[in-house]
Amino acid sequence: MRRLRIGRTLGLVDGLTQARVVGVVSLALTGWSRPLAAQERSLTVFAAASLTEAFTEAGRILESREPGLEIRFNFAGSQQLALQVERGAAADVFASADERWMSTARDRGLVSDDIQAFVRNRLVAIVPTGNPGRVDRLQDLGKRGLKIVLAAEAVPAGRYSREALRKLATAPGFGADYDRRVLANVVSDEENVKAVVAKAQLGEADAGIVYRSDITAAVARAVRMLEIPKAYNVIATYPIAVLKDARNPMAARAFVAFLLSGEGQALLERHGLLRNTEPVSATADSVRR
Amino acid sequence: MRRAWLTKLLGAISIAGILILIALPLLSLLLRTPLPTLITALRQPLVAQAIQLSLITSLCTTVAIVVLGLPLAYLLAMHDFPGKRLVEAIVDLPMVLPPTVAGVGLLLAFGRTGLLGSVLRPLGIAIPFTTFAVVLAQTFVAAPFFITAAAAGLREVERRYLDAAATLRGTPAYTFWRVMLPLSARSLVAGAAMSWARALGEFGATITFAGNLQGRTQTMPLAVYIALQTDLDAAVALSVILLIVSLTILIALRSTPFGLNTRTRALRRSS
Repeated sequence: MRRLRIGRTLGLVDGLTQARVVGVVSLALTGWSRPLAAQERSLTVFAAASLTEAFTEAGRILESREPGLEIRFNFAGSQQLALQVERGAAADVFASADERWMSTARDRGLVSDDIQAFVRNRLVAIVPTGNPGRVDRLQDLGKRGLKIVLAAEAVPAGRYSREALRKLATAPGFGADYDRRVLANVVSDEENVKAVVAKAQLGEADAGIVYRSDITAAVARAVRMLEIPKAYNVIATYPIAVLKDARNPMAARAFVAFLLSGEGQALLERHGLLRNTEPVSATADSVRR
Repeated sequence: MRRAWLTKLLGAISIAGILILIALPLLSLLLRTPLPTLITALRQPLVAQAIQLSLITSLCTTVAIVVLGLPLAYLLAMHDFPGKRLVEAIVDLPMVLPPTVAGVGLLLAFGRTGLLGSVLRPLGIAIPFTTFAVVLAQTFVAAPFFITAAAAGLREVERRYLDAAATLRGTPAYTFWRVMLPLSARSLVAGAAMSWARALGEFGATITFAGNLQGRTQTMPLAVYIALQTDLDAAVALSVILLIVSLTILIALRSTPFGLNTRTRALRRSS
């Protein structure tokens, strides 16, 4: 990121007089040698792919309130982000779709101890609007020969999906081997949840399981949702934390505070996520541990 | 004088730069993996299945490319026709296209709702998420390497050998098999090997078009990517194997005097 700054500074150089060039460059160089925290005006947020739409809007709002602040996002599977942070990627905030990858980051001493659950998400099954596999209810996912796409097991959404399938197998009318039958239909373990959405949107998969928040207006035109009853659903709790090596810890804390505020929670809810303040249901996947 | 000094300096910088950029990551991969770790990793089903699948699909791909690509390469090398430039550009396109774009294109063409896929669907044929889709994706991205090399090789065969064959009443087919092929063998083999290496490393088009399922569509590059998120040892082991295989292909290409021998033999035969 530092290199980027200097690159950008040098990019401006062409039109300037030589004296100013020297000034700019030396300024950039002092910026290089000094800790950047004080003058850093950009904030880098690593967030689970399922937060893409909500965080993008939150970023726009905060940027408009704080002139000069620039928020950059890196959206990917939480496991991917945890790995990137571990390998030294420069980030200020890490928002994971499950506790597991946040604990990994905490155990390695990468995030501050102040980890907060800030939002929750639930799963839905999706079917392309053309409904090529004739899937009309959840039970149909176990029909032989369907093409089902899930997130890979390492991806939080993939783990939750398998957990929900196991729970559904205990529901009346599904059959105890329901989860096995559904998993036998899986034709691809996608590397993040958005890839599952894309395969269903394109009509290549007969069905998939994704987060409710993935069903944006654009997606809703291409897929139909099958709700998973609350008792069998898996509620994902998303933890967020400021990184220990954050270069802009102040903005990072402000970003987290915004998400926890009433306004932030309402924004998250608009994007299909569940408020953090609702009582955690008995079926919730725990952040305890 | 001063220029020679500058050339040398630039040369040194270039060599150092390339060495650090390319050789260092490769070396790091090798150093990171002690042999026992490598062997344990090889025994894992994820790793073993990925290697098997990669070898089978990339070999199928190479055969398909040679069989389908050779006639096209011959056409491009020997004949002029309207729209030739366009055909050549289309052939080269996959080399510069991001593989993910190739994957999306393949989905939109051969997917169930795709242009051709929707025609195939009533016949009960669905390509995405199958091993065949892996071969298609690899063929798409790897074909240009062979076709370009083969066309160049065929074009270089000297006219007088072809004329000589013709005066001896060699049919075009005879001339192609007994004169052109042996004389351009080196380019053909080199092109096929480049295609094979490219197919072996294919990632973006495969995961987009064929998906990722262990034992069916999860080739080595996909397994590396997935393993990277859960099992670093397996990921590094797979990377090292990919590296060794690719390096072997490339070294073999440079050290076999294949073309030379064939060339002298062919010369003797045609004279």
